[in-house]
Amino acid sequence: MSVDIDTVKRVAKLARIALDADRAKTMQGELNTILGFVEQLNEVDIEGVEPMTSVVDMAMKKRKDVVNDGDKAEDIVANAPAVEENFFMVSKVIE
Amino acid sequence: MTELTSLTISQATKKLKAKEFTALELTDAYLSATEKANEVLNAYVVQSDDKAREMATASDARLAKGEGGALEGIPLGIKDLFATKDIHTQACSHILDNFKPRYESTVTQNLWDDGAVMLGKLNMDEFAMGSSNETSFYGPVTNPWRNKGSNQALVPGGSSGGSATAVAAHLCAGATATDTGGSIRQPAAFTGTVGIKPTYGRCSRWGIVAFASSLDQAGPITRDVRDAAIMLKSMASVDEKDTTSVDMPIGDYEGAIGNSVKGMKIGIPKEYRRDGMPEEIETLWQQGIDWFRDAGAEIVDISLPHTVYALPAYYIVAPAEASSNLARYDGVRYGLRIDGNDITDTYERTRAEGFGDEVRRRILIGTYVLSSGYYDAYYLRAQKVRTLIKRDFENAFNDGIDMILTPSTPSAAFAIGDEEMAADPVKMFLNDVFTVTVNMAGLPGISVPAGLDKGGLPLGLQLIGKPFAEEELFQAAYVIEQAAGGFVADKWW
Repeated sequence: MSVDIDTVKRVAKLARIALDADRAKTMQGELNTILGFVEQLNEVDIEGVEPMTSVVDMAMKKRKDVVNDGDKAEDIVANAPAVEENFFMVSKVIE
Repeated sequence: MTELTSLTISQATKKLKAKEFTALELTDAYLSATEKANEVLNAYVVQSDDKAREMATASDARLAKGEGGALEGIPLGIKDLFATKDIHTQACSHILDNFKPRYESTVTQNLWDDGAVMLGKLNMDEFAMGSSNETSFYGPVTNPWRNKGSNQALVPGGSSGGSATAVAAHLCAGATATDTGGSIRQPAAFTGTVGIKPTYGRCSRWGIVAFASSLDQAGPITRDVRDAAIMLKSMASVDEKDTTSVDMPIGDYEGAIGNSVKGMKIGIPKEYRRDGMPEEIETLWQQGIDWFRDAGAEIVDISLPHTVYALPAYYIVAPAEASSNLARYDGVRYGLRIDGNDITDTYERTRAEGFGDEVRRRILIGTYVLSSGYYDAYYLRAQKVRTLIKRDFENAFNDGIDMILTPSTPSAAFAIGDEEMAADPVKMFLNDVFTVTVNMAGLPGISVPAGLDKGGLPLGLQLIGKPFAEEELFQAAYVIEQAAGGFVADKWW
């Protein structure tokens, strides 16, 4: 399977990464090289094989449903590019 | 004072306890060695001199009272992937500009609790994506090893290239590293150092910037096998903050060193003999086999039939997980923001500017293989192949094999800016062909320096163990180390 330029642009949109025309073209070639490389997986007989969900054989641990952290608003916004009164600032998203 | 930097962790620990020098003197020796060397080698992206001296002084106070942990006063370098409180943590990416976490990773906290001293943050491939340390926003790292009679700068491998160079050039006593497809073992092999990726779940991933969560594991890079055992023991823990960390006792890794490997069954997988592999690698592997046979181990030819599919399956699974993990970098909560016309435009510009070529490429591959209509063909198929890769190992272990011996890498270190590698992403991927199977199966693997190629560059052998058989790995790795001897780069920097 190889990807065309529109697919590259669509995937970039889904990934929220701006791609200009030049970059999209380069990326198309690189993605096709990688997709060509992974093509060999089609040779493998996967009939009746379960997909891996956990590499270590253990039951998923669950923590107790209790509050054990919090009151850290200042810590949470400390690294944000724009903050006001412990809120993240973004451009207007609703008209 | 420069002599102090030539001591291993275990040697320095003894001498600190005997009060032959202070922790502050040891730390200062590393800080001054690094000051000059780093201009050439670029191993550190940030040096935390004040913090290091403060921690060393506190260690001296504990040592004076006859107290102190297993790593008391030992100066370490920390890969930039580990969150260190109030100190630069950017996974060597532009998108995390100025990020200084308000918390500490569990692994580094474990090291500080044992008395270790932090020298600074080490260079790496951006978000640990790369095999040469050339994708770092902070520029490539130079390998302290060069071909005989050549001035050409070589890569230290990646992604933990800064860790490997800093250890090999004696700019820290030991370093933390992480391994998703070979990022501890390949740079260790390229720099004549020891690197172990423990079993998935042995070290907590909490506070380690996530790349591919089902594959990422932390481990040390050190100068010898004993130091790796000492550091791993400190780094490993079960952690409530990482549900995939395992609640199993941590072995007596150092105690296992020196135990005989007599009667141990060592598997030699035929699928690791690759076309076009340099003869020296083949010879080195045979040398390793002979060392183990001489030590009384039984050598058994085995087959791991799905080996060849590990790398292509990895290049679906890892980018898929990465595309999800890296979705959080949106220019809102931390790091870089490039303002756009609206919020979507801001996201797109921030991520285009903030991520480097390799990271963008992997995010797009990951997004594609997870997108509607392609999920079954790519991601689901890769996860099924992963089951088969793991089953290969299980079959070998069920047949009585104790561990597996392979080369660590298909070549020695290559030049910075290698044109063939730069032109073809798949060629760069092939660096991990012997290491990636281990991550796909969640097993522990260690790379030990075993010899030099004809240009005088180090080569490594890899041992792959059963889940949580790190003790046996240290035991067997020491056999290689004893037979091969240590390798130290001639100082030119």
